[in-house]
Formats: sequence, structure tokens, C-alpha cells
Amino acid sequence: MAEPKRVERPLSPFMIGPYYRPQLTSMTSILTRITGNALVVAAVLVVWWLLAAATGPESFATANAVVTSWFGDLVFAASALALWYHYLAGLRHLWFDAGHGLDVPTAEKLGIACLVGSVILTALTILIVQ
Amino acid sequence: MRFLTDRKRAVGKGASGTGTEHHWYMTVSAVGLAFLLPVWVYIFGSALGQSHAEVVATFSRPFPAILTGLVIVVGMRHFAKGATSMIEDYWRGTTRKILIILAHSISYAVIAAGLFALARIAL
Repeated sequence: MAEPKRVERPLSPFMIGPYYRPQLTSMTSILTRITGNALVVAAVLVVWWLLAAATGPESFATANAVVTSWFGDLVFAASALALWYHYLAGLRHLWFDAGHGLDVPTAEKLGIACLVGSVILTALTILIVQ
Repeated sequence: MRFLTDRKRAVGKGASGTGTEHHWYMTVSAVGLAFLLPVWVYIFGSALGQSHAEVVATFSRPFPAILTGLVIVVGMRHFAKGATSMIEDYWRGTTRKILIILAHSISYAVIAAGLFALARIAL
């Protein structure tokens, strides 16, 4: 039997750019992954804040000062945008998985809907909970 | 003696070795989170910035406590498996294994810390 030939195959991130032109559909897809993974920062921050609340008033004061500072506001505002983008793109993914909206014009419209919708939902979230 | 034929052992497993288990988990948890998150964002957002006593009072109530527990457990498992997909796409070999173990470790650590905090606040 012939020895299996080792071929250096490109991994997926190296496909965009040299092989594939960046498009609305591929960019909205990669953004789903980026936002989803970035949300771990907010998760750690929220659990740290909860743990501080459980520990006592002094630890809560420290965590709450960080979480409600301008830096905390920035992280949570960015996380709200990431969350709503990931949310809408996730719904789009479920819709795609069910075999709908896979033609290019519909897929592009759904991509724009995710981008615009996430900004609107973030603005609404900030307005409602300020 | 092997009773299963090679074909029989391969059926349904696919390239992942676990069939569609991973994809189906992501589908189920995504639908669950779609229902949980809008309500949780409202509760957490309202509690954020309040005093220690008010925050403790909020998360002592059954609904916010149970909802937060669900969001942490389902959300962090969804994260661990989603991060695994990303790691599998961009790294290989030992680096891939280390990063996947790290993602799952972070996920379980956040779940344990979150549930401990909720239990301590609520009880």
C-alpha cells in the first residue's frame, strides 16, 4: 500500500482574502463567531460581580465600581451589541439550517437585517435599562 | 471476534466521529437561549448599578435566580462547544487539544462560580 501523502492544506481563515473576496454573507458569518466567542468576557465579568455580591458589601463595592465605571459601561455596551448580533445571526442560522433563505438576495437581506437589527436592539436595551 | 462490520461501525458518525451530536446540541441550546436571554438581559440590566442590598434582593427571588442559573449553565456550555468549533477550524494537533480543554475548563469554572454565587445569595 502506498504511503499516505501529507498535504499542507490551508485552514479556513486563510481562505478569505487570497482565495475568497470578502462579501456581506461571509463577513456576517464570521462576525457571528467573533461576537459569540467575545461574549465570554461579559460572562466572566457578570459572574465575578455576582460572586462579589454573594461574598459581602466590601467585595461588592469593588466589583460594582469596576462594572459601573466608564470601562464597565463600554464593555457592557459592546457586549450588548455582540449579544444582539449573535442572537439575530443565530436565529438566521436556525432558519438556514431548516433549509430556508439560502438564495443570495435573501441571504444578503438577512445579513443586513442582523447588522441593523443588532444596533436597534442595543439602543433599545440601553434606553430601557440605562 | 468482531460482530459489527466496518460499514456498520461507520454509519452515522461522519467526520466528527460523533455524528450530528455537536450540531444538535448547539441547535437545542440556541433555541433555549433565544427564549431566556431577552428576559435575563432586562433583569440583569435593571439590577446593574443598584445598591448591594437591592442586587441581593433581586437575585434572592426565585425567578431571577433560576433564570440566571439557566443562562449561566446553558450559555457557558453553548460557549464551550462553539469555541471548540472555532478552535477546530484554526488550530491543529496538540495546540488544538490544549485550547479545547482550556475552553471547557473556563466554561465549567464560570458555571461553578456562578451557581455558588446564586446559591449563596438566594439561601
